[in-house]
Amino acid sequence: MDEITYAQAVNAALRRALVEDSSTVLFGEDVALPGGVHGVTRRLRREFGERVFDTPISESAILGGAVGAAIMGLRPIVEIMWADFAFVAFDQLINQAANVRYVSRGRLTAPMTVRTQQGATPGSCAQHSQNVEALFAHIPGLRVCLPATPQDAYDLLLTAIACDDPVVVIESRALYHSVKGTVEQDRPRAPVGGARIHRTGSDISVVTWGPMLHTVLEAAQVLEGSGVSVEVIDARWLNPFDTDTVAESVSRTGRLAVVHEANLTGGFGAEVIARVVERGMPLSAPPLRIATDDLRIPAAPGLQQAAIPSRDAVVRQLLSVCAPGVAA
Amino acid sequence: MSHSSSETALADLAGLWRIRCFEETVTRLRVEEQIAGSVHLCIGQEAIPVGACAALDLTRDAVFATYRGHGWALACGAGPAALFAELLGRETGTNGGRAGSAYLSDPDHGFYGENSIVGAGGPIAVGAALAARYDGSGRVALTVFGDGAMNQGAVHEAMNMASAFDLSVVFLVENNRYSELTPIAAMVRDADLVTRSAAYGMPGTRVDGNDVDAVRRAVAEAVDTCRSGRGPVLIEAHTQRLVGHYIGDAQVYRPRDEVELARTTEPIVVLTAALRAAGVSDTELTGIETRVRAEIETAAATALAAPPADPSAVKEHVYG
Repeated sequence: MDEITYAQAVNAALRRALVEDSSTVLFGEDVALPGGVHGVTRRLRREFGERVFDTPISESAILGGAVGAAIMGLRPIVEIMWADFAFVAFDQLINQAANVRYVSRGRLTAPMTVRTQQGATPGSCAQHSQNVEALFAHIPGLRVCLPATPQDAYDLLLTAIACDDPVVVIESRALYHSVKGTVEQDRPRAPVGGARIHRTGSDISVVTWGPMLHTVLEAAQVLEGSGVSVEVIDARWLNPFDTDTVAESVSRTGRLAVVHEANLTGGFGAEVIARVVERGMPLSAPPLRIATDDLRIPAAPGLQQAAIPSRDAVVRQLLSVCAPGVAA
Repeated sequence: MSHSSSETALADLAGLWRIRCFEETVTRLRVEEQIAGSVHLCIGQEAIPVGACAALDLTRDAVFATYRGHGWALACGAGPAALFAELLGRETGTNGGRAGSAYLSDPDHGFYGENSIVGAGGPIAVGAALAARYDGSGRVALTVFGDGAMNQGAVHEAMNMASAFDLSVVFLVENNRYSELTPIAAMVRDADLVTRSAAYGMPGTRVDGNDVDAVRRAVAEAVDTCRSGRGPVLIEAHTQRLVGHYIGDAQVYRPRDEVELARTTEPIVVLTAALRAAGVSDTELTGIETRVRAEIETAAATALAAPPADPSAVKEHVYG
């Protein structure tokens, strides 16, 4: 099986959804004729005609359009080009989409998928770099996932599209063209939710998601050389969050850390730790949050690197919990 | 007045009274504190929903209204007992008490809901019209909002996108002169709101929002325009509310005699006078009001007798 990039995996999932379900439509800024500013939606317009179309630069109209179309029976997939742009139109997601089912007592539903991408990449400015998953995950009525591999970029998106509720799929711009892998494309769609253990270990459970998964896997590799065995859990879905898998892991390792690119305060890492602690699990060290400090994100690559948790910073902090006194 | 148009006009009058009596009963129930929370009445504005809904095909068309939407729900055909029950937080409410006065819906009657965020229905109506491009329904989406919503960005986005894609959306502005508690004239340079249609390249019509038949004709024409693929359309309907923005609004911002003057041109007064001039007897006219009032009182009693919404179900329907 040929390896494909994360971006190609998203494209393949979109193609499959458009082929399999005639009620799916795809729209957003520059997604059709240009194929998306990151090339993710290439060729879909040519293949699916008017079911794939470009919109004005109008996030409220895009998201509200998805709400209305979904209420009427379509299964719209819309793109918010950068997650930062969702703030322009939070109303349509939070006050509108998330309320449709609950407030109508199930008489109306909004089966819509919002694809967006986030995170810092060299030179991306403060309005194109934020990690906003905790804001979406806070909203009852929305589902939220963050694929970190090409296979998950494919699988999670198809699951999201099949979901009868609004789902925000937060892709990683940093990963679009930098990671490749083989992607099984014939499997049945998985249900919503479920974390994945990427690497088993015995000294500490590290929960992460999005591009930080790769940083954590590298850190785990380094720590193995220091005799520290790290279990790496990719949460994949923040809503619903798979507390069971994390708790089971912690019951074996006795230690817990969460690593995310989003800034610390109010980040979803706090929620992860709270859920484990609430279960009364005995911990042999205080739980640890590794996150970007509460900063704005600078554009200069050197400044970004100083702000966002690096492999070495993750190694250092995990070591301080697992093997105090051992220098990284 | 021909016989058929007289029949229609009598039905219109009943429609106006149905909304008026409903809102008067809501006022009583709110003052008695049987209804909780903010309530926004449409007393004085009834001709717009009655006229507009008469021009729609609610088996396929979709209405997206605002928190001042009880009249729209009724005009779409939602049952008054279920609506009262919704306001009263009863199990039998259109949404089982989850929506309340300001956010209720009854999609079986083409009423896709009120909205408590000013102007938010615009983009959603665009989506409903977008769906019609694929589902072959010929659906027209009508979104109604107040003059204040014309200053919301979402409404601009909706009008532009609907225009760019020739979508079947009727944007209907109920211009009652007040953006909540502030005169619209103070919040725009040009208070002639319908002229904005030109900016989007769509037809725009101004209509007397207190004249049911004028509203019906304007909306019927807009619906024709949409069904022939030449939508969207903007309609500005001038009206006045005879009450505050919400129940309890002291209306200190309104000139003292404004409401009194408005009472001489409000829809029921206007239509009653026209019917009387056309030879309809006072007995018949009074009979309509009496009959509707009894119907509404019965509906309110039915709702009051219904059980409260079941707290054990409060966690249901967050997700499917």
